[in-house]
Amino acid sequence: MSYTRPKFAHPALPKNKLGYTRKEYEGSLTTLCAGCGHDSIGAAIVEACWEMNIEPHKVAKLSGIGCSSKTPAYFLSNSHGFNSVHGRMPSVATGANLANKELIYLGVSGDGDTASIGMGQFVHVIRRNLNMTYIVMNNGCYGLTKGQDSATADVGSKNKQGNINMFEGIDLCALALELGATFVAQSFSGDKAQLVPLIQAAMSHPGFALINVLSPCVTFNNNVGSTKSYDYVREHVHATATLDYVPPMEEITTAYDQDETKLVKMHDGSWLQLHKLSQAWNPEDKVSTMNALQEAHKKNKILTGLLYVDESSKDLHELLETSDTPLNLLPQSALCPGQEKLDAINAKFR
Amino acid sequence: MEPTNIKDPEYFHKVVDCQYACPAHTPVPEYIRLIAAEKYAAAYMVNWESNVFPGILGRTCDRPCEPACRRGRLENEEPVAICRLKRVAADNKGDIKSLLPKAPEKKNGKKIALIGAGPSSLTVARDLSVIGYEIHLFDDQSKGGGMMRSQIPSFRLPAEVLDGEVNQILDLGIHTHFNNYVSSLREVLSKGYDAVFVGTGAPRGRDLKDLQGRWDGAANIHIGIEWLASVAFEHTHKIGEKVIVLGGGNTAMDCCRTSRRLGGKDVKVIVRSPFEEMKASPWEKEDAIHEDIPIIDNHVPKSFVVEDGKLIGMNFEKVHAVYDEQGKRSLQPTGEPEIFFEADDVLIAIGQENSFPWIERDLGIEFDKWEVPVVDKTTFVSGIPNVFFGGDSALGPKNVITAVAQGHQAAISIDLFCSKKNINNRPAPFTNLYSTKMGIHEWAYDSMVSNDERFIVPQAEKALTLTDRKKEVELGFSLPVAFKEAERCLNCDAQTVFFESKCIECDACMDICPTNCITFTANAEEEELRERLIVPAHNKEQSIMVSDILQTGRVMVKDEDVCLHCGLCAERCPTSAWDMQKFLYNTTKAGACH
Repeated sequence: MSYTRPKFAHPALPKNKLGYTRKEYEGSLTTLCAGCGHDSIGAAIVEACWEMNIEPHKVAKLSGIGCSSKTPAYFLSNSHGFNSVHGRMPSVATGANLANKELIYLGVSGDGDTASIGMGQFVHVIRRNLNMTYIVMNNGCYGLTKGQDSATADVGSKNKQGNINMFEGIDLCALALELGATFVAQSFSGDKAQLVPLIQAAMSHPGFALINVLSPCVTFNNNVGSTKSYDYVREHVHATATLDYVPPMEEITTAYDQDETKLVKMHDGSWLQLHKLSQAWNPEDKVSTMNALQEAHKKNKILTGLLYVDESSKDLHELLETSDTPLNLLPQSALCPGQEKLDAINAKFR
Repeated sequence: MEPTNIKDPEYFHKVVDCQYACPAHTPVPEYIRLIAAEKYAAAYMVNWESNVFPGILGRTCDRPCEPACRRGRLENEEPVAICRLKRVAADNKGDIKSLLPKAPEKKNGKKIALIGAGPSSLTVARDLSVIGYEIHLFDDQSKGGGMMRSQIPSFRLPAEVLDGEVNQILDLGIHTHFNNYVSSLREVLSKGYDAVFVGTGAPRGRDLKDLQGRWDGAANIHIGIEWLASVAFEHTHKIGEKVIVLGGGNTAMDCCRTSRRLGGKDVKVIVRSPFEEMKASPWEKEDAIHEDIPIIDNHVPKSFVVEDGKLIGMNFEKVHAVYDEQGKRSLQPTGEPEIFFEADDVLIAIGQENSFPWIERDLGIEFDKWEVPVVDKTTFVSGIPNVFFGGDSALGPKNVITAVAQGHQAAISIDLFCSKKNINNRPAPFTNLYSTKMGIHEWAYDSMVSNDERFIVPQAEKALTLTDRKKEVELGFSLPVAFKEAERCLNCDAQTVFFESKCIECDACMDICPTNCITFTANAEEEELRERLIVPAHNKEQSIMVSDILQTGRVMVKDEDVCLHCGLCAERCPTSAWDMQKFLYNTTKAGACH
């Protein structure tokens, strides 16, 4: 029996500006199936936070129920965590975020947790533009209950038992665009080169940021005929552009042709650098993104990369004009100003 | 980079750092696992097969394996105590007579003469006697063992351990000719032996012949190795109270510690070089210091001071080390006045050299300018096709384990020569590679990595050991501690074998690896590829393993440097593209050509 992680690390492991190695961003040893795409996404989150020099205690990781929602145990063990009720992660995230906007909110959910039981919560958290990164670990099946088709399984996809899915799959990215999401991206667990900068961009974005990550279920949905298997996704993936995340204060250097490069300035001063743009697609134009998604769908392609971003986004705090100070730092006198204030408020409604 | 050829036996051999560093290539992890499994006799036999003297080496080996141990490359870690685990196997082996091979009753008709009865000759004797050769062993001493008997003091190597392992070989029907000084190689050659092996060591200790006062004080100035031999054979029983030992090697350490046991009260080691650069093994220096022997470095001997015909001390010049651009050291005087140290006796232990007064120079053996015979470094043949050399007498003074390794090679050459085969066609090593997978999280080896720090070998009370020259200082590991120390071994012979055709590039192995050894990246030439890894592979002494091109056009690159062989890559692989496979590498011994 060897299923424990040795304490030793590589002695030359690089440190980030805070003096931390990747080890400080890891979690406990995964209990998911060997080869699960979710573990790769967890590793990408570790990499993204380490590279961005985020202090682990400044992150709140939240999840619902499912294989995907177990993963916060396997990364960022020095961060705040909340494993909530099935499909109800957005409510908990909303409450936490409203109480303290100084933390970075990272929601992790699955296709069942998001597109089935949590659909109601999902659409409303988008509408409200809550400042959070929402990662869907999307494997098109219910892995925790033996692999039944989920609501994101594509029509015509074959499951492990050989049954063909007869229902149309929900396209979470298209739905999010429709609902006014201000950052929408799609990626693949097997492509960290793309996924890591996307997570970094999403965390820099001031508002709701969705990353729908195709994450093969090696145990129940990695068979021939499935449209969420490693082989199928690799064959059908089509990137909008390659993406570099350039942190604030760092110089932009590019080896690419200027005509093929687009720069997007993020709210916090960082930059997104997109190379080799697809024709007729502009990440800041919602209509072109909608078209690109539909075109890809028609050609059986899976469009990945940054799909849409609107940096003029106003998040829920801005809309509601809430307190900048976290509630736990407000004094009693501010939180409970007394009978006189209450009377004054009540008087307004008379 | 081209995909790594793991079929080359040397690739995985190099991954087993300890075994690779051992001159005799003893399969170290193999016997350490046997010790952990309480199979001491089996662990002993793995050693005996390879290095002939497990009990002796388990106490006295220079341990080239330990600085090589992978564990030493981890943060705040020390190597596994390989040498002292070997002793555990030897001390607890029980009766192994039935496991030892016997010489065949019917000989093959070939007669071999071995000159000198030290470790290399005894190795040749063992390797050849069991395949039917008639062995004649000559030595000027009354017992076998060579320098292991004359130079290694009993408090480090008890006589019963030495006798036991020497006799295991002599009992193979060796014809011994002890107390028999061979004074002429010509005479030996005229006796009709099919081959002659010379293993006469480096018997001459260096002297300071030209130093002022050397001959006036001769009665109290001794050559280290000669003095140690004289103590070992019970000719010398005491020494003065104040002793100076000159030299910084292991012989100097043995001299000073022996002096403490023969009446030396104020014993000091005085050495030219800085302390850190002394040739003695660090643990031997520690043991000397533990016995209240100061080591005074950066002092060059200038003269012996003799008063009324009796030695009273020595004068030294203080120096400091200066290094030129090539890193070459020179010792330059500090300019301070000479320093006088009192002494009743001085032991000179500043190195030893070969000496062949008994080999006629017209026989066909070439000697170089240092009077060392010219010997082939692989076959150990000399200028005469049927005369072979081994041990210190072949390529200069080294250590016991090197002598054993050379003895094995010379035995192969003798066997090939006597079979009328080309001695340059060396036999390939025996290798084996097989899966250790037993279940989902189960392997045929203990894959969990122990967090224990290196355990210290207990020693007997100083009050006791300093009064009895024959009382062994080190007590050896107790069995429970030996088990824990054995568990520190990383099982580097459980190899990570990668099958690219099975890989689906899910990254699971890369994500789980605790030491970030595995990276999937675009291929490049080695130098660039080493830079592309998650942690760049800057230790060039360690290989990187590169796969063939994978589905996405990338390659898998694994840096062998700090791989813990924990098996997590293989456990997290959904398609068994990784497997932990046990690799066994045994150098072939004489007899393989039949």
